[in-house]
Amino acid sequence: MAAHLKKRVYEEFTKVVQQQHEDLSTKKLRLTKPSKSAALHVDLCKATSPADALQYLLQFARKPVEVESIEGVVRILLEHYYKENDASVRLKIASLLGLLSKTAGFSPDCIMDDAINTLQNEKSHQVLAQLLDTLLVIGTKLTENPSVRMRLVEVACKHLTDSSHGVRNKCLQLIGCLGPVEKGVAKEVESQAAKDVQKIIGDHFNDQDPRVRTAAIKAMLQLHERGLKLQQAIYSQACKLLADDYEQVRSAAVQLIWVLSQLYPESIVPIPSSNEEIRLVDDAFGKICHMVSDGSWVVRVQAAKLLGSMQQVSSHFLEQTLDKKLMSDLRRKRTAHERAKELYSSGEFSSGRKWGDDAPKEEIDTGAVNLIESGACGAFVHGLEDEMYEVRIAAVEALCMLAQSSPSFAEKCLDFLVDMFNDEIEEVRLQSIHTMRKISNNITLREDQLDTVLAVLEDSSRDIREALHELLCCTNVSTKEGIHLALVELLKNLTKYPTDRESIWKCLKFLGSRHPTLVLPLVPELLSTHPFFDTPEPDMDDPAYIAVLVLIFNAAKSCPTMPALFSDHTFRHYAYLRDSLSHLVPPLRLPGRKLVSSPVSSSITPHEDPSQQFLHQSLERVYNLQHLDPQGIQELLEFTIRDLQRLGELQSELAGMADFTATYLQCQLLLIKALQEKLWNVAAPLYLKQNALASTAAKQILEETYKMEFMYSGVESRQVVIIHHMRLQAKALQLIVTARTTRGVEPLFGMCEKFLQEVDSFQRCFISELPHMQGSFVDKLLDLMPRLVTSKPSEVVKILQTTLRQSTFLHLPLPDQLHRATANIIEPTGESDNPLRFTSGLVVALDIDATLEHVQDPQGTVKVQVLYPDGQAQIIHPKAADFRNPGPGRHRLITQVYLSHTAWTEPCQIEVRLLLAYNSNRSKASAKVPKCTWSESLEALPQSENVIEGTIPFSKPVKVYIMPKPARR
Amino acid sequence: MPEIKVTPLGAGQDVGRSCILVSIAGKNVMLDCGMHMGYNDDRRFPDFSYITQNGRLTDFLDCVIISHFHLDHCGALPYFSEMVGYDGPIYMTHPTKAICPILLEDYRKITVDKKGEINFFTSQMIKDCMKKVVAVHLHQTVQVDEELEIKAYYAGHVLGAAMFQIKVGCESVVYTGDYNMTPDRHLGAAWIDKCRPDLLISESTYATTIRDSKRCRERDFLKKVHETVERGGKVLIPVFALGRAQELCILLETFWERMNLKAPIYFSTGLTEKANHYYKLFITWTNQKIRKTFVQRNMFEFKHIKAFDRAFADNPGPMVVFATPGMLHAGQSLQIFKKWAGNEKNMVIMPGYCVQGTVGHKILSGQRKLEMEGRQILEVKMQVEYMSFSAHADAKGIMQLIRQAEPRNVLLVHGEAKKMEFLKQKIEQEFHVSCYMPANGETTTIFTNPSIPVDISLGLLKRETAIGLLPDVKKPQLMHGTLIMKDNSFRLVSPEQALKELGLTEHQLRFTCRVHIQDPRKEHETVLRVYNHLKGVLKDYSVQHLPDGSITVESILIQATAHSEDQGTKVLLVSWTYQDEELGSYLTSLLKKGLPPSTS
Repeated sequence: MAAHLKKRVYEEFTKVVQQQHEDLSTKKLRLTKPSKSAALHVDLCKATSPADALQYLLQFARKPVEVESIEGVVRILLEHYYKENDASVRLKIASLLGLLSKTAGFSPDCIMDDAINTLQNEKSHQVLAQLLDTLLVIGTKLTENPSVRMRLVEVACKHLTDSSHGVRNKCLQLIGCLGPVEKGVAKEVESQAAKDVQKIIGDHFNDQDPRVRTAAIKAMLQLHERGLKLQQAIYSQACKLLADDYEQVRSAAVQLIWVLSQLYPESIVPIPSSNEEIRLVDDAFGKICHMVSDGSWVVRVQAAKLLGSMQQVSSHFLEQTLDKKLMSDLRRKRTAHERAKELYSSGEFSSGRKWGDDAPKEEIDTGAVNLIESGACGAFVHGLEDEMYEVRIAAVEALCMLAQSSPSFAEKCLDFLVDMFNDEIEEVRLQSIHTMRKISNNITLREDQLDTVLAVLEDSSRDIREALHELLCCTNVSTKEGIHLALVELLKNLTKYPTDRESIWKCLKFLGSRHPTLVLPLVPELLSTHPFFDTPEPDMDDPAYIAVLVLIFNAAKSCPTMPALFSDHTFRHYAYLRDSLSHLVPPLRLPGRKLVSSPVSSSITPHEDPSQQFLHQSLERVYNLQHLDPQGIQELLEFTIRDLQRLGELQSELAGMADFTATYLQCQLLLIKALQEKLWNVAAPLYLKQNALASTAAKQILEETYKMEFMYSGVESRQVVIIHHMRLQAKALQLIVTARTTRGVEPLFGMCEKFLQEVDSFQRCFISELPHMQGSFVDKLLDLMPRLVTSKPSEVVKILQTTLRQSTFLHLPLPDQLHRATANIIEPTGESDNPLRFTSGLVVALDIDATLEHVQDPQGTVKVQVLYPDGQAQIIHPKAADFRNPGPGRHRLITQVYLSHTAWTEPCQIEVRLLLAYNSNRSKASAKVPKCTWSESLEALPQSENVIEGTIPFSKPVKVYIMPKPARR
Repeated sequence: MPEIKVTPLGAGQDVGRSCILVSIAGKNVMLDCGMHMGYNDDRRFPDFSYITQNGRLTDFLDCVIISHFHLDHCGALPYFSEMVGYDGPIYMTHPTKAICPILLEDYRKITVDKKGEINFFTSQMIKDCMKKVVAVHLHQTVQVDEELEIKAYYAGHVLGAAMFQIKVGCESVVYTGDYNMTPDRHLGAAWIDKCRPDLLISESTYATTIRDSKRCRERDFLKKVHETVERGGKVLIPVFALGRAQELCILLETFWERMNLKAPIYFSTGLTEKANHYYKLFITWTNQKIRKTFVQRNMFEFKHIKAFDRAFADNPGPMVVFATPGMLHAGQSLQIFKKWAGNEKNMVIMPGYCVQGTVGHKILSGQRKLEMEGRQILEVKMQVEYMSFSAHADAKGIMQLIRQAEPRNVLLVHGEAKKMEFLKQKIEQEFHVSCYMPANGETTTIFTNPSIPVDISLGLLKRETAIGLLPDVKKPQLMHGTLIMKDNSFRLVSPEQALKELGLTEHQLRFTCRVHIQDPRKEHETVLRVYNHLKGVLKDYSVQHLPDGSITVESILIQATAHSEDQGTKVLLVSWTYQDEELGSYLTSLLKKGLPPSTS
């Protein structure tokens, strides 16, 4: 076999040489690549010193190898391996073997035997470790083959006694990845070395090298991940490892304990040094809690994270985590409420004055000592106070998860979460606000807590404020004073940061609808009505007044007695607001008045929604009219488009759908218009006008189709076909127009060929959808395809023209959910009259703050465009970290763009807008080019020719006034 | 038995005047050299005559270590080095070295210029003293001499505070100085690795307190300040120049920044500006947040906090003023207090403990009418608040540190006896280590059990470990070799090498033993029976039957002869070298038990 292969290699080699000769003589390009293996062989033979050989190998590793020649390459490498004396070269060869066997499509079972053989004679520990690594790669590729796995595990077990940690490490890794998981298999081959992998691995928990210990634990975890049920006996071993000197061991041990606690939550384990027994999950919880005050922060983060997912733990253990003071008898039995009270009376933290009282009382308290050791005590208090913010965030997340599953715990952890609102790091603050929002169903805020929460409203960070508004949307407040307080603080927030308007209104809307009974007694005060006197009518445009009204109207929705307290102007304002801010003000049933709102009862489901019906009806109408006179079709389309656009404006939920269809109809309309030009039959030089119209129509249709394809989220393949079809029609139109206007046939050849290629690729991409497209343009075209390919361009054009005219109008099916990507630049506002001055040649940073909705993968697609008055345009790619994700489908871009220009004589405006970049490759997710596994192999990736890249502007441009000053000398 | 002796000259069951003498493996180290705030006579400094009555201190001390710049830890240093006379090295961290002289100079000024004392150290002496200081970095191992080495660990507490590990050979002591296990707004938490010292000397200021989370305190502080400022009131915060003052500044500064507040914050000038300068420099000693953000902006470059001018106190409108000194007993803070006390909109926040007799103490204990000098009566209408921002570890923190370091003994200093008692009991219960709390001048002796390092040649080590199975970390392992003690060093070498080195010839030592066995059969049959028996029992050894009628088990020879008198008794001659003693004695005992009845 080997000899045969070698022969093949040499054949390849000779072929290459000949080819080069040919190249020289005829200078003809041939697309054959020289064989890698042969070249490598030559190189390695040439190498005089180990360093040389290493260089060759390194160079070789930079390029990919074709699947077919891998085996040959491996043989050559192995041959050199046996000859090589230098360990470093052998090491590199071993690593190359591993890399090669990773190549997709190559089955490494043929080289396994060789790799195992090399293992036997190898002396260098490093090379041994690398070889084992290679075996691991081979093994992971051949996981379905149990005998191969058994064999590899046996090999690994044999090398477990090696004196080098690296080798033992790899052996354990191999056993972890390949050890038998199924019980049955283990029994069959019980006689062999791989008896009980768990025991073998477990023996290495006490290895002298910490790295091996870590590897052993990791291997155990790996076995668990692969589905082996770990034995409970490991638990006590793992507990001992928690006290290890090395952080990576402790960190892995914490994970192992967590895994075991999930596997055997209800088993009973004894507490050492006492006769008591507790559930394993409680014991594990205590131990992991203990690790929250570990010396290494890596372990602390790990422990804090895992705590969150231990939901079976019993409640009294859970609650201990928040109680640091069990030891101190004085404060042992205080409830959270008392604590808050005591906070105000300033007794608590002035412990300096209380020292003397503490000591004697604590001496009695010896029973608690054991509890401190067992650790759960105050774990979260420690975690939340930790020095590293990573630990604090992990602790907050864990709190969140535990509180979601336990309402009583949620109630208790509230104080601590509220405390976190004052953390020094913004991320932690934000995280704790989000956490609070997530658990808000379980809790009711006390007044003093609300007070602290509201204090954060003054925070200068917009993120924090918005998060807080969202929190307030879903909080339960217990008293009317609380509501009042919240309103006052929100209004204060409004005056301080007027940009928060929308968010505050929304917040008050929910606050009102959640607490109607609490708002009711506040109404007279809020509206400043007086029983006897008429009060002046407030200013309707005052955002603060609107905020108050939003609160009241939403409360009034479920509180029918409230409108009786309104004064006349309130009703008028209601009517106005109901119309202008319909999303904030609900329909009210007002006594003694005509119902201002439409009598829409909320019971109507979205499917029966009249607006949705309207949408469908109008579409039906369009689709049904296939053979009307052109004039009629055009008019109907125009009307429908207008209707749809208006519908989109009115009904925000349907906006995406309406816009999408309107765009499609618009395209169709354009196409029809272009085709129905009477001037089509006029001689070429005369229809300049027609030409302009048709070609712009084609261009516009192309643009619109890209928008349709990339700007809407929720577009399915059914729609994509239609869009592509429309694009194809546009291209056909373009071709016809060009054919008409250009003289000579030469340029047409290329265009025709390109067009036919596109038709071809369309057919390939959407073969499954073609049956649905009876009678369409492409359907007809494909029928004529054989004729088209052979005919001359002028004929092609003719055929195209007729097909285009005869083809039917395709029905655009609507997906369930369709959203248009929108962007709104909040900052800069574009209202400033003060130019941004900077020295020309230097840069100035412009802060940009924008909200994006329904943009998929904004990190890759959203760009910022800056247009200078001289027409110069700049496209800036924001960093991935600049995007935040405040909610599903919503993104927020906060970034800085750098502007620079040469000196101007006076300030001028530049335009900033957001662009959505698209790439036609991305849409065909199914036909993704498999990424080459070999590193840095860009050359192997052929750029597909029909990739179209472009950008769609999707936000309103904002004008910024800037003034580059000439530099002073 | 080797021992470590500890004698506190100050801070033994007491707070203030920290000064602890440690002798470890023949080295004498002095930890801290502080003054006592409570005394103005000789008792304010430690009694250095304890070390030596006459003669230079340098001869008796190998080095002095200063943990941080608070005067109760370094106040007596110039007196000790210049007036008593010590020329040896003094170790402290870089920030301590930078800030310490400022504080000493200030202390000197108050004592000499204000109180008019004579026979006190001079400015020159402070300078000379600082010349003897060797600055150390965190985690840097400093070799004081060939055997004594010290290493600093981060301690929190104040800028530059450090814990020191003192190590001679295998014996080590860790001195914590003052430390803080919870991070604050400008410093991180103390950290030590699992260094397992023989003795941990820990402070125990808050031995009986478990403090509440720092956040409540901070939040309350901020809320009070914020409310007062919003009302248009003025807030006075009396502070000492260094330490807490910077923490509070950072706290207020970030709060102002976050909340976009505009009311001015002032800091009375003087010491602070110099000190702030050092805070800006030693960013690496601060907490994570400050370290991470200093590239954008150094947190100690305050935007909202400006220098205070006397005239500002009369300005209308809200303001916050930090003023020294912290106990309202004199100086600027008292002047401002007098001006503002009459208005109930104003507020004074005492961030620390106040000594009895000071104005601070009086107002904290609820006195609303104060008698000032000149029989003036000052009515206090402003609100008085107390907030403890202490930076010492509480009981739980101390326990945590002990858990981290895993010492074999603990010794408590820097705290009150009654509280220490409680903590001592807890430590002994929980960690099962002995705990000491000597009073000043009382010597505690701790016996250590140091391990003695022995050099072993790699060849021997490999050979010996190869014999056994896998080396087990936890279990001691038996080794054969020759221990050579020469030139104050220990070496374990193979016997052959030892013989060669010492020029001795090798002597063979053989043990022979006769075992009588009742066996009427012929000699060679007996031998065969013995052979079969041994082969059955000793499965792991090579048992051979040689043609000359003898048996070898490894290198042990067994021969059988008939007894000269009684043919029924066979004499087995067992012979082994002393290396095989174990196996040989086992064999004889095995043979003495007799052969099993033959199965044939």
